Amino acid sequence: MEPEKKNMTNREIILGRIREALKSPEAVHEVPVDPPSSFKQWLPPVGDSLEEQMDLFRSNVEDLRADFKLCASLDEAIRCLQAMAVEYDWKKIGLHRGVLTETVARGLDLVKVMTDEGYVLADLESCDAALTGCDALIAQTGSVLVSSTTSGGRALSVLPPHHIVLARENQLVPNLTVALERAQEKYGDQYPSFLSLITGPSRTGDIERILVLGAHGPKRLTILLVR
Amino acid sequence: MNPHAKQFNAAARSTTADLHHREWIQKALGGYYAKRDENKDRFQSWSSARTAAAAIKQEAITHLDRYLVEFADRLEARGAKVFWAPDAQEARDYIVRLAREKQVRSIIKSKSMTSEEIHLNDTLEREGFEVVESDLGEYIVQLRKEAPYHLVFPAMHLNRGQISDLFQDKLGSKPTNNPGDLTMIARNVMRRKFCEADMGISGANFAIAETGMISITENEGNARLTTSLPPIHVAIVGIEKVLPKLTDLALFLPMLSTAGAGQLLTCYNTFYGGPRQPGEPDGPREFHVVLLDNGRTRLLADAEQRNALRCIRCGACLNVCPVYKNVGGHSYGTTYQGPIGSVITPHLRGLRDWKHLSQASSLCGACTEACPVKIDLHHHLLRNRRNAVTSQTSVPEKLLYQGFAFVMRRPEFYRLAAGIARLLRPMQWLVQGTWLDPLRPWTKTRSFPAFAAKSFREQWNQRKKT
Repeated sequence: MEPEKKNMTNREIILGRIREALKSPEAVHEVPVDPPSSFKQWLPPVGDSLEEQMDLFRSNVEDLRADFKLCASLDEAIRCLQAMAVEYDWKKIGLHRGVLTETVARGLDLVKVMTDEGYVLADLESCDAALTGCDALIAQTGSVLVSSTTSGGRALSVLPPHHIVLARENQLVPNLTVALERAQEKYGDQYPSFLSLITGPSRTGDIERILVLGAHGPKRLTILLVR
Repeated sequence: MNPHAKQFNAAARSTTADLHHREWIQKALGGYYAKRDENKDRFQSWSSARTAAAAIKQEAITHLDRYLVEFADRLEARGAKVFWAPDAQEARDYIVRLAREKQVRSIIKSKSMTSEEIHLNDTLEREGFEVVESDLGEYIVQLRKEAPYHLVFPAMHLNRGQISDLFQDKLGSKPTNNPGDLTMIARNVMRRKFCEADMGISGANFAIAETGMISITENEGNARLTTSLPPIHVAIVGIEKVLPKLTDLALFLPMLSTAGAGQLLTCYNTFYGGPRQPGEPDGPREFHVVLLDNGRTRLLADAEQRNALRCIRCGACLNVCPVYKNVGGHSYGTTYQGPIGSVITPHLRGLRDWKHLSQASSLCGACTEACPVKIDLHHHLLRNRRNAVTSQTSVPEKLLYQGFAFVMRRPEFYRLAAGIARLLRPMQWLVQGTWLDPLRPWTKTRSFPAFAAKSFREQWNQRKKT
């Protein structure tokens, strides 16, 4: 049979099995039949004020062994990155187009790999750090929401050993629900093929359940919030 | 006894007697318990969150056809290819055909229990493809040619010395007892593999109907690399993975992480809605989603146990199961170990061969209590026991129970049997624990309690007289 046709048949086979199976009504009803309209009230609490949310975000990020810095201006962010470039001996960084990333990168005298128009994998792989924007910062969990649109594609935020996220204050949201709702509003049907919640630097506990940072992704995650 | 039951019994017996193993597993899980409880406490109400998660997942299962169609249609509209696989064979054939067609040589994989379920690696290797597991724990068990020990922690049973020896042997690395160094050895080997791979294969934790996305939960970043660098991405997704809405993840992601790993949220939770879209700088040109049935609709047809399809494979039931902790993950001989494995394997692979797993439970209910989607696990085990008995009792077992009922219903026979037992009891030590001992299943590891000097009936009659 032709592959296309075969797949249509398979689809009907599986859907047929499902419909047949569901003819017998559920025998044991131990949970409410209707899903709840909201579950926010059961999840970890988040304060209402910006300051509370900022504090929660900071303490979550610190628990995750990432760094969080509040910068009063873009100039301060540049100085902060210049200091990091010296401290960690950066030679080459990866970044993408964007007001924050490009402005900040102008203050760094380093080899730069831009990902927007595609890139050579070995070039990006050998970068010492990556500079990206983001979609949101989430106070509830200390996460950063990135996407191919806001963060220079899929690989930039995971391949280099140090990931620096640049964010604006209005990108801080209280919880996961708001972050996902905002993303849906923003993109509509034209959403990027990749969205990721990054919660701390890459980690593993696969050897004796002992925490090791930098398993396959970045060992360091720095979040700079520019006021 | 069927070979699977025999294998299980033998492996369980030897592992249970291994006190080092037992201590090791207890130690490995100790940290998890502490972190899990700490993060559960951060929820305003963990128990209400469980009820909400159960209800949402139940809604998805009860309208599975509708949500699957929505999921598949949306994904295809975004340029992905959705293949519907009624069984393991069709799923494997599709992936092998695809790999051949695209002249794939090396394949990188991120953790996927569904791919374990269909034994994908064996097939791909037999067909001449190089397949590398990129999750550190999975890579370790792959190098050892072993099955994962645990749904979530595949190499939990090994210590750093064993892993160092393994890397030395297979990768030629220097010995080290530092978990950080061992992780870096694997990271470096894997970076090359990631950059060279022609195809990436992943699983999925959730499939979002509303947006046509899959969601992958991980800590290491290997799934992100698997789905970013190779030109083709194949995701194998069990049909029960659907969730209605994107915002449902705001509940399910923290619950999966907390129950599964003791983290409020794992490091990367990533949503993929298609291959690289116009204007995007990277990502695979092709995205194939294999929707796998492979017995799931059989479980769906069982109205009593259907809710086991709510399972999000967090592994929380394994971590609290006294049987799992003693017999270990390998004894089961199944893809899915522990209580959930014992519940669903008879449905996925046949009750006749796997009914013995229903007995691998003390019915303590710790699993049911741990389950974030409130699957009634220990009662399902009882239901499997009942089904095994009603569908296929063995003749000797039937005769035994008929004989037992016959004696119990007749006081004179009962008195006679008890009298004989009382007479023979002093001689029981002669055969204790051997094949001649009628009480062998009990006495091979325990001594049999002594009879009371007088039976209840004798004592009763005596007291009535005085």
